[in-house]
Amino acid sequence: MKHKAMSAAIVAGAVATAVAGLSATVPAHAQAKEKCYGISLKGQNDCKAGAGTTCAGTSTVDYQGNAWTLVPKGTCVSMELPGDRKGSLTELDRDLPEA
Amino acid sequence: MNVPEFPTRVGSGEFGQAIWDPEAETPSGLTGPDGLTAPKRFSVYRNNVIVSLSEALEQTFPAIRNLLGEDYFKALARAFVVRHPPTSPVLLWYGAEFAGFIEAFPPLEAYPYLADVARVEWAWLQSYHAADAAPMDPAALGSVDPEALGTVRFEKHPATDMVVSRWPVWDLMRVNRFEPDAEIDVDLEASQSVLITRPDYDVNLLLLRPGGDVFLNALLSGAMLGEAAASAQAQVEEFSLSDCLSDCLSNGAFKDLVTA
Amino acid sequence: MPSHSTEPTRIDAAVPARAGAGLKADHVQDVLDTGADIGFFEVHAENYMGAGGVPHRQLEAIRERYPLSLHGVGLSIGGEQPLDKSHLQRLADLNRRYEPGLFSEHLAWSTHDTTYFNDLLPVPYDKATLDRVCDHIDEVQEKVGRKMLLENPSTYVAFEQSTMSELDFLKEITRRTGCGLLLDVNNVHVSSTNHARSAIEYLQDFPMDRVGEIHLGGHAPDVDDAGRPLLIDAHDREVDDAVWALYETVVERNGPVPTLIEWDNDVPAWPVLLAEAQAADRILSQESGAGFKRAV
Repeated sequence: MKHKAMSAAIVAGAVATAVAGLSATVPAHAQAKEKCYGISLKGQNDCKAGAGTTCAGTSTVDYQGNAWTLVPKGTCVSMELPGDRKGSLTELDRDLPEA
Repeated sequence: MNVPEFPTRVGSGEFGQAIWDPEAETPSGLTGPDGLTAPKRFSVYRNNVIVSLSEALEQTFPAIRNLLGEDYFKALARAFVVRHPPTSPVLLWYGAEFAGFIEAFPPLEAYPYLADVARVEWAWLQSYHAADAAPMDPAALGSVDPEALGTVRFEKHPATDMVVSRWPVWDLMRVNRFEPDAEIDVDLEASQSVLITRPDYDVNLLLLRPGGDVFLNALLSGAMLGEAAASAQAQVEEFSLSDCLSDCLSNGAFKDLVTA
Repeated sequence: MPSHSTEPTRIDAAVPARAGAGLKADHVQDVLDTGADIGFFEVHAENYMGAGGVPHRQLEAIRERYPLSLHGVGLSIGGEQPLDKSHLQRLADLNRRYEPGLFSEHLAWSTHDTTYFNDLLPVPYDKATLDRVCDHIDEVQEKVGRKMLLENPSTYVAFEQSTMSELDFLKEITRRTGCGLLLDVNNVHVSSTNHARSAIEYLQDFPMDRVGEIHLGGHAPDVDDAGRPLLIDAHDREVDDAVWALYETVVERNGPVPTLIEWDNDVPAWPVLLAEAQAADRILSQESGAGFKRAV
């Protein structure tokens, strides 16, 4: 480490403040967690077949959905990037390779 | 058994090739009850592989799915799955390369924050499955000679990680995963770095305060407390050692205190 | 030396000849809260190969109260290459950690070179494959230190190069390796339909004395290229009536066997799954009367 260390007194004071503050009930700073306690993920491994599709789609993969030509339709499209760049169709068109 | 005199053999190499390539012919030698090649039957396997792996990614990266929308995510996942199939049967380890894939995927160039959101989701999953361990008791710091506090180090808790980002990944995670109903205006000019911990069984995602990324990065790399604090302060004026340390301790970021 | 073991108290490992259910994370709280009356739970081993956290906490809570069946889905026993030693080690570790009453894997392959396909892909029934599968099962049973059950597959295509029937293939495996069988009655129905064979004849000839567990699950109907019925082993719905009928004949003829309801896709609320298990339990209890059981 190239940085010089903080003085012992400042560190000791900050540590004392930090530890003393911990008796407070709620963590001081912003925290995000799943809504319900004890969230449990589904297992990823299965021995099922035909995942995610039924009827005619069961045995034919739909290869029409091509991420090179589709346009995102989620929450990302409504957010403006700094510098007037917007996550928009026109912006994407510029990036498309020759099909 | 009706065995043809000269049957066509199909090895798993050929079978697997045809799984990944939708244009590939069904390997001859794989038949229906009439003894004829059966492309639709073979497609059942193709479908199982592609769709189940795409679903595994969708479960690991729900914020990315919400950001891109269902249709786009499925298409993107399929593109990833074919390029980066799993190398382990344990699917809870599948998707490590997804963030990098998004970052390098030209059509998504206009959404440069997506890769960091994927990095947070991947770190979240690693924390979820990390080894159980009791976090360090903050009171341990009380038994250290105050003069020596600057020289202590911390051993990382196995479920602790951090993602440093120039994008507002914390707000993006809240809006797209943890607090879908909250009214949050995401400011893409904001840089947010996050701490991921799991002191017990629930994974916590915490927005790091100014300088917290520098401070914690130094501590997790083995720096002494005084060094880490000085380093953060030198780079970020508003850095508060007591606040940042308090966040780490209350969220169980460390497993043990290491005194010299 | 005094013992201060912190080992949790667990119910006996043996899986009874009752119905059980595939454990789903979403059901665990309901199961524990209601103290569900069910014979056992089965889990896919690969979902518990993380180091710690919620999955292991849930599985331990279940294991304390119910016997467990450990069902591997990714070992690629039918693969052309040697078994993945680290994966085998993980299976052995899970067996030690949770002491399941039953341990099973599939007659299928899923790994080629370093790529994992996440599906139970079919194997040709020929001598070379038979030799390899037997070697692999020997290796598994030695490493894990117990008898395993091998599950009959659902298949959608047949291999022109096959020289044996699936049944002869399975019988020869059990004869050579001493392994048991997991009879998936839904798979029998699915494969028999898909390959235009008789499920009844298949079951009549099945080596029932080797069967340590039965699987039941739902399938999705489709048609193949020529318009013939093609059933998909989707595990996404109730057990089909035709499968229940086959199951009854199996239990009637051979007596009760631990029986699992598999429901992995579009998973219903816990009471729906429990009701399926109870339906299997009713069939099992009808046939568990004294003197009813007879040899094949």
